[in-house]
Amino acid sequence: MTEPTADPAAVAVVVAGLVKHYGAVRAVDGLTFDVARGEVFGLLGPNGAGKTTTVEILEGYRTPDRGHVRVLGLDPVADAGVVRPRIGVMLQEGGLYPRLKPLELLRLFAAYYDDPEDPAALLDTVGLTDSTTTMVRRLSGGQAQRLSLACALIGRPDVVFLDEPTAGMDPHARATTWQLVRDLKARSVTVLLTTHAMDEAEQLCDRVAIIAGGKLAALGSPAELTRHAVADEIWFAAAPGLDCTALAAALGVTIADVVEDRAGEYVVRAAGTPARIADLACFLRDRNVTLAALQAGRRSLEEVFLQITAENA
Amino acid sequence: MRSRALTAQARAETVLQLRQGENLIVTLAIPLGILVFFAKVDAVSTDYAHPVDFLVPGVLSLGVMAAAMVSLGIATGFERRYGVLKRLGSTPLSRGGLLAAKTATVLALEVVQVVLVVVVGVSIGWHATGGIVAAIALLLVGTVAFAGLGLLLAGTLRAETNLAVANALFLVLLFLGGMAYPLAKLPTALQDFAKLLPAAALSETVRAVLTSSAFPVGELVVLLVWAVTMPLLAARFFRWEE
Repeated sequence: MTEPTADPAAVAVVVAGLVKHYGAVRAVDGLTFDVARGEVFGLLGPNGAGKTTTVEILEGYRTPDRGHVRVLGLDPVADAGVVRPRIGVMLQEGGLYPRLKPLELLRLFAAYYDDPEDPAALLDTVGLTDSTTTMVRRLSGGQAQRLSLACALIGRPDVVFLDEPTAGMDPHARATTWQLVRDLKARSVTVLLTTHAMDEAEQLCDRVAIIAGGKLAALGSPAELTRHAVADEIWFAAAPGLDCTALAAALGVTIADVVEDRAGEYVVRAAGTPARIADLACFLRDRNVTLAALQAGRRSLEEVFLQITAENA
Repeated sequence: MRSRALTAQARAETVLQLRQGENLIVTLAIPLGILVFFAKVDAVSTDYAHPVDFLVPGVLSLGVMAAAMVSLGIATGFERRYGVLKRLGSTPLSRGGLLAAKTATVLALEVVQVVLVVVVGVSIGWHATGGIVAAIALLLVGTVAFAGLGLLLAGTLRAETNLAVANALFLVLLFLGGMAYPLAKLPTALQDFAKLLPAAALSETVRAVLTSSAFPVGELVVLLVWAVTMPLLAARFFRWEE
């Protein structure tokens, strides 16, 4: 676990011993983590893990049953008047007047803040310029998400909370959103996002917290989390029907450690040392077999996520 | 900043009201239609020299009910359904600011209603004999009562249920409100019940001051009770998320 930063000015978000019940259900169960200023931080977890509850407590929508949270050193409920002008919020869904047009909505939100972005320019940035005459209720899901993102950014916030920002977006809109998050990071804006998409977390987040059952299951940078999960395993794809006995001999492992998992997909249960990878390449060269894909040494964040959340289920 | 936010919010609320066509039917077309129809078709046969002297106070009260309860309540219910109220909760626009903007929007609509009802009323022979200021004060008290009722429904019921209940309540209160025809036309038992409702309390008191008749203190008490309890109940039970 990363040590909490001592300097309060360097910490944007504090979650300490957070507990929240809904009736008998313990949605968040003793969660603790910090988000540094300028950091892009991801909350990962299966549905019902407590991600949205945690984010909504930080946004000031709910109060903790136990523990406490701080945003920019302040209590999001008690100090709402100071916190709200400095945060931007994108809810998981909804929140937009259906009968306003995108620019009307952004101009309205701009009026809430002292030094807002230019609404027309921001609309262009999120790629909605073509939709200015369309009512919000006629926008596609992905377009509405982008408008919702623009509403979160209009007030030039110091901290942005994005709850599943790319859900329902097409690949193009997703790329636009990722670029926007990178732009925010370049401007030292703190971003806390939740996501189901592991590639999103790997691409965007400096650190991620994996939550399962309301508890912290893992915390660290994507690289750290996958480093701890070094797999003594080489996976590769090539022509189907290779001689596994010969392959085992070439790689210096027992026959039982080599399996053709699916047709043309092989798993070798052994560390992917440079020498062994070279042996594999030689084995394929000698048989003039093309290597289609290779993964060795580290598991993907997705595999780590699935393993961790299964262990904590 | 604060006033800029309030102005922008009130403007947006007004635009949204105008874009809701059915809203204008309830808030403008129905009250004016009732005024003209019941003035021309003498279905009322009241004790008044001109039916319009009876009708104008009733229709002014009906307009308040439509604007403050039906229009405000239904719009707010759907804003709650679409998560708009929740989303506004994390902006610097405070709940007080939102309420102020909604109040301004309702009052602006009521000003339009009053002007139209008075213009149409005068054109078909109405002349007020009593206190305009007192009538305006009563209409404002009625606005508080009906807005409280409308927001209580909007903040506790599902948006579709709220829509149906608000419209049904509008009809019931119109029939039992002494607005289009006198309460005296109702069976006695129903009259006693109707007098406990905010619609009759508002229309009877407004009519009394506009026609310089004996002031119905009982009805004023009923109106004040509604104007105090409904906003309190709304504040207590309103849920910002559906």
